[in-house]
Amino acid sequence: MIAVWVIIGIIVVLLILIAGTYNSLVRLRNQVKNAWAQIDVQLKRRHDLIPNLVETVKGYASHERETLEAVTSARNLAQAAIGKGVGAQSKAEAELSGALGRLLAVVEAYPDLKANQNFLALQEELTSTENKISFSRQYYNDAVLGYNNKVQMFPSNIVAGMTGFKEDEFFEVELETERAVPKVSFS
Amino acid sequence: MAVFLLALGYGLGWAFTGSGIGGLVIALIIWGIMNLVAYFQGDSILLGLAKAKKISKQDHPRLFNIIEEMTLASGLERMPDIYIIDDPALNAFATGRDPKRASVAITSGLLEKLNRDELQGVMAHEIAHIKNRDVLLMAWCAVLLGTIVMISWWAMHMMWFGAMTGGRRSSGGGGAGQAVILLVVLVLAILAPIFAKLIYFAISRRREYLADASSALYTRYPEGLASALEKIGGSKLQLQSANQATAPMYIANPFRKKGRAAADLSSTHPPLSERIRILRSMAGGASFANYEEAYETVHKGGGHALGASTISSAGAVGLRAPSPEAAREPEPSRLERHSEVSDVLWKKNDYRTIDCNCGTRLRIPPKLKANRVKCPHCGTVHKL
Repeated sequence: MIAVWVIIGIIVVLLILIAGTYNSLVRLRNQVKNAWAQIDVQLKRRHDLIPNLVETVKGYASHERETLEAVTSARNLAQAAIGKGVGAQSKAEAELSGALGRLLAVVEAYPDLKANQNFLALQEELTSTENKISFSRQYYNDAVLGYNNKVQMFPSNIVAGMTGFKEDEFFEVELETERAVPKVSFS
Repeated sequence: MAVFLLALGYGLGWAFTGSGIGGLVIALIIWGIMNLVAYFQGDSILLGLAKAKKISKQDHPRLFNIIEEMTLASGLERMPDIYIIDDPALNAFATGRDPKRASVAITSGLLEKLNRDELQGVMAHEIAHIKNRDVLLMAWCAVLLGTIVMISWWAMHMMWFGAMTGGRRSSGGGGAGQAVILLVVLVLAILAPIFAKLIYFAISRRREYLADASSALYTRYPEGLASALEKIGGSKLQLQSANQATAPMYIANPFRKKGRAAADLSSTHPPLSERIRILRSMAGGASFANYEEAYETVHKGGGHALGASTISSAGAVGLRAPSPEAAREPEPSRLERHSEVSDVLWKKNDYRTIDCNCGTRLRIPPKLKANRVKCPHCGTVHKL
């Protein structure tokens, strides 16, 4: 008789453990999805900042038409690429980062512009948005790591296998332009 | 610590009312009430004590942005409220019973002194406290400690009375056996507070290491926090509004004196120089495993900073370079940072600002009755 109760007890404990593991897998996967959405929020924020930046710079550095136009068109392309898949989107965003970097390098030659309060505030916003984009990507990768660990490690991989949880991909930097740190020299 | 509390409660209950369970229940009730008060009112009491002023994005965009960045990097659900404390001392703290209702405060002195990378490191440390629920943990431990101390004090008091009057309820059993048990309870009443305190401080120090490691993980740049701690360590200014109860939540021990012994058991924070050395020894990467490695290098094999489960929860991550020169160039200088911060504080104290044509900036107190103000520099009269 006792043996039956023990077996029932073991089964109950196992069920609780399985439910707990399933719940934590769900939680981790939702964290990953949320982190992905955050990246998009920050990218959009950058799109919204750019027209203002272009206007401010135009007031002081009207000669730099080409660079300004490059930034505006890169921004429009990036906006258009929303929803066209991860590959297309990251490529467009990397192009935009490159164009912005070139614009900021060019701006170094205009001391009046650099002293303008509006421009300083915008620059802080831009720096911060770039940081936020990279931090949200960083967090996305961290979240994916935690989730993948849980999916792959024993014993939770058993539960993952049974209920169909699969590994997620890391957000890799794809273009050389994005990887390179812009170097500005004043010789 | 909880064990001490329960043992004490049980022992006292048995000694004085003949019912151990009764004593236990009373101890738990006292503990429960104190916990509830701390839980619900904790952060508003703390912020009120420190005379902190809440700021919005327009007040200080850089600080706001940095905290937003760190919220993203740590995965916190909601960005904490931000407060500035008008004090030249260099310190910052985090409070809030759960991550959804948290606040972060920084002194004006520290806000002026740090550059962007350093400020990021400090804020990452504070947000790590929130994310790791250290505020709740330390408040819980503090209440536990308080209850133990209170009950021990009461026990000693009662024992003294009992001995003086000579009256004692007899609860059966031999006299000698009773005396031995009473002696044990007495010893417990003396020792429990001491041990509980030591445990409390040890827990506090351990959570500080964890917060430092988390800060390095979030920013991928331990040098930021290291150089901020260096700046903090160089200052001897004492924070006006800190007290024993709130000390663990500050980034640097507000009661530290320079040259304190390295292994001071009664300190809520590990020594600054040690924290800086550990952060600077993190050469291979920014993960918890790298922090643990650096800790072991600095301590030459003595003890661990982080638990094994913490280390395995985060994988290997690389460090990043310091912000490139181009991005760092437009950063405000020390003087500009000072102007920014004092503008915020004047505004938050409801002072109005009038810029005279001669370049002087006039600060008008909120309740001024006059309707005209004369510039002390050039004599121009401004109407209010």
